[in-house]
Amino acid sequence: MSSEFISEYEVIHAKPKAFYETYARKDELQHQTHYCPGCGHGTIHKMLAQAMDEFGIKDRTILISPVGCSVFAYYYFDVGNVQAAHGRASAVATAVKRSRPESIVISYQGDGDLAAIGSAEILHAANRGEPIAVIFVNNAIYSMTGGQFAPTTLIGQKSTTTPGGRSAIHEGYPLHVSELLATLEAPMYIERVGLGDNRQIAQASRAIRRAVENQVRGLGFSFIEVLSPCPTIWRLSPVESQRWVREVMEKTYPLAVFRDRTKDAQPRPMPQEPPALDTIPQIIGVANGDVPEDSAIRHEPVTDVDLHVRVAGFGGQGVLLLGEVLAEAGLDAGLEVSWLPSYGPEMRSGTSNCHVRLSREPIDSPLVTAPNVLVAMNEPSLKKFDKSVQARGWVIYNGDAFPPECVREDVHVLALPFTQIADALGDARAANMVMLGALLEIADALPQTSVDAALRRLVKNPRFFELDERALARGRELYRESVREVCHAG
Amino acid sequence: MRKQLMKGNEAIVRSAILAGCRAFYGYPITPASEITEAAAEFLPRVGGVFLQAESEVAAINMLYGASSAGVRAMTASSGPGISLMQEGISYMAGAELPCVIADITRGGPGLGNIAAEQSDYHQVVKGGGNGSYHTLVLAPSSAQEMADLTALAFELADRYRNPVVVLADGFVGQMMEPVEFPQRATAPQTPAWAVTGTAESRGNLITSLHMGSDELEAHIQHLESKYRRAEREEARAEDWRTGDAEIVLVGYGIVGRILKAVTAEARAEGIPVGLLRPITLYPFPTRNFQRLVPRARVFLVVEMSNGQLVEDVRLALNGARPVEFFGRMGGNVPSHGEVLALVRRLARQYGVVMEREEERMAHV
Repeated sequence: MSSEFISEYEVIHAKPKAFYETYARKDELQHQTHYCPGCGHGTIHKMLAQAMDEFGIKDRTILISPVGCSVFAYYYFDVGNVQAAHGRASAVATAVKRSRPESIVISYQGDGDLAAIGSAEILHAANRGEPIAVIFVNNAIYSMTGGQFAPTTLIGQKSTTTPGGRSAIHEGYPLHVSELLATLEAPMYIERVGLGDNRQIAQASRAIRRAVENQVRGLGFSFIEVLSPCPTIWRLSPVESQRWVREVMEKTYPLAVFRDRTKDAQPRPMPQEPPALDTIPQIIGVANGDVPEDSAIRHEPVTDVDLHVRVAGFGGQGVLLLGEVLAEAGLDAGLEVSWLPSYGPEMRSGTSNCHVRLSREPIDSPLVTAPNVLVAMNEPSLKKFDKSVQARGWVIYNGDAFPPECVREDVHVLALPFTQIADALGDARAANMVMLGALLEIADALPQTSVDAALRRLVKNPRFFELDERALARGRELYRESVREVCHAG
Repeated sequence: MRKQLMKGNEAIVRSAILAGCRAFYGYPITPASEITEAAAEFLPRVGGVFLQAESEVAAINMLYGASSAGVRAMTASSGPGISLMQEGISYMAGAELPCVIADITRGGPGLGNIAAEQSDYHQVVKGGGNGSYHTLVLAPSSAQEMADLTALAFELADRYRNPVVVLADGFVGQMMEPVEFPQRATAPQTPAWAVTGTAESRGNLITSLHMGSDELEAHIQHLESKYRRAEREEARAEDWRTGDAEIVLVGYGIVGRILKAVTAEARAEGIPVGLLRPITLYPFPTRNFQRLVPRARVFLVVEMSNGQLVEDVRLALNGARPVEFFGRMGGNVPSHGEVLALVRRLARQYGVVMEREEERMAHV
């Protein structure tokens, strides 16, 4: 190695300040790490700690440690520490950074953690361009659990779960995570480095420093893959392990910068100041001013109100809106109300129905299984619900030919071609409001002012509002006209 | 002010924001998607974070991150998604991280269907993740309770440093009822244990890892002491006409509402029925059950599942009274009629003393 190469470096016989002086979180041997002799983690930790020192970010840094040999990274780094579930460090880091945009977030992960179980989390964190630094330590094996196969294991490499060596036919090919992430648009910086010799180590140190610097500059996602020796599991000496990194691993995993968009990159905008606390009810639409007061004109219902209404029809007939206007009007009139849409298997079948309750008393059950008013906007709906109508209840049916099999002696029926009536008013889609008008006239429980207020809230388009108002009036009128013709049984 | 007509799912998000929630990480699933959609609309406008995660696994781990950073955070899902979140829920309970999870239960097992069920009781109340932990579980039965219990959930999550689940069914999530909100938004203080990227919080560590056997046992005992305190202080239930009840109906969520209607109908027939509706499913309101033992002849548990809550009722009563069960599944709802018929049969079977006419008239 040439002397000018190492002359860039100052020899310091001290630990970086970003490390604890003694490792008090360890049970024993608090002056040394838990890593094996020759393990790459110690070297990578030191590079990271030096970078933290250099940028003076110890107080701002939050380190996410993974599951794997570096699970105990928090023993050593004197920074904010969060230890994540296996493979989830990138997801955890995502939220830590978004919660604390001023902080420097480093996700430190091994190859089992990141490339296997956490492959989805790293892919999406990278794809979103999360402005974090990810240090990916690739030693081609699961070390913590004793040497099992990893997605990064080389072809032919033996592990406890590929005792005959990795075969491409059986386990597929080694996963090139850096190259994979470099296919994405969002990442700012991606580099693979190694710890195979001093030259590689020097480059690794520069790369890690670069990743930290990118975040300090407010740039996006940085990813440093480090080919790292594991003498214990590889069953090689530390020196042989370094050679293996250099001469074997590197053939599968070439060292390179795969992405560098830092030159022209601008810092990401920081989030804006949150709005003042007292404006929040207004922002989310629950401030007093957002909710109109009850209609000034109070209407005393003719009878005690206890409406159990079921509205049913085809999707698109305005079934849910009919129910909603009724519920809103009831609320406006100071009644207790509930509205429950058809829900579950039936909602995808092209039919639609809803349950509406209006009462002077608190509503016990919002489910209307025995309606006292059924609004059936088509024949299938009538046939589905007609038997459930309470005795002396009402059926309002959209059709002039009431099916003979649905005739009951003990219910009132108002059957009219509401769709044609609405069409004559200018739009067949207003049939729901004509039927609601009839219902309102029958129930005689709500003042028109409340109905108007509800309609205004729910129908913003002035043309439809005007049409719906006429439709409601027509419905009321139709009931009054037909009242003598309707058979009142029971 | 006037109440607003609002879906339970929409009420949850507004209430969460008023309670100081500033992070929502979610993944869409019917019938909980309205919660995620409302969060997407409102959280960025109040200076919060909304992110649709790549999976429920990622979403719950993002909650782990947000909560570690000291931000009030929530997510919403339904059965299959909650199953995927169990890993993160266990980690959060272990690491003592508060968060709120809304489970708008649908049909299962597996893909089941999208209709309302109450079959997540076991996985939520008993904890589907690994290890000795509990989530606190609140069970709203109205849109107003969706709002109120969500606010309570954030308080409890912080007080106990533990995940809290708002367990509702598709009906409570989808139905619109009048809802009233507090007119003040709260700004919770950043907890002292959080890791916030500051000099003061630099020494903090969030982890669920405790390598020594004694160390882990002590940690679990510490968690247990929190759960015992919650059992003493947080158990809640609604007692409705239970004072003289000989048949006690038991159900939570939407079933509690149906049983209220059944209670009224049975009372009108002279059968002395009451309703006990657990509001906290963990801690379970055991004492509310025991208080009714002297008068009650039988407890009837009604669920939209194969019988999960019923096991806790049996434990609470510990054999003191018979416990009968009626369940509907697949999106079917126990109807007033079928429950009332069962109540009549139980009244005969257990020799329930019918109310005299004048007592009955007093109820009408």
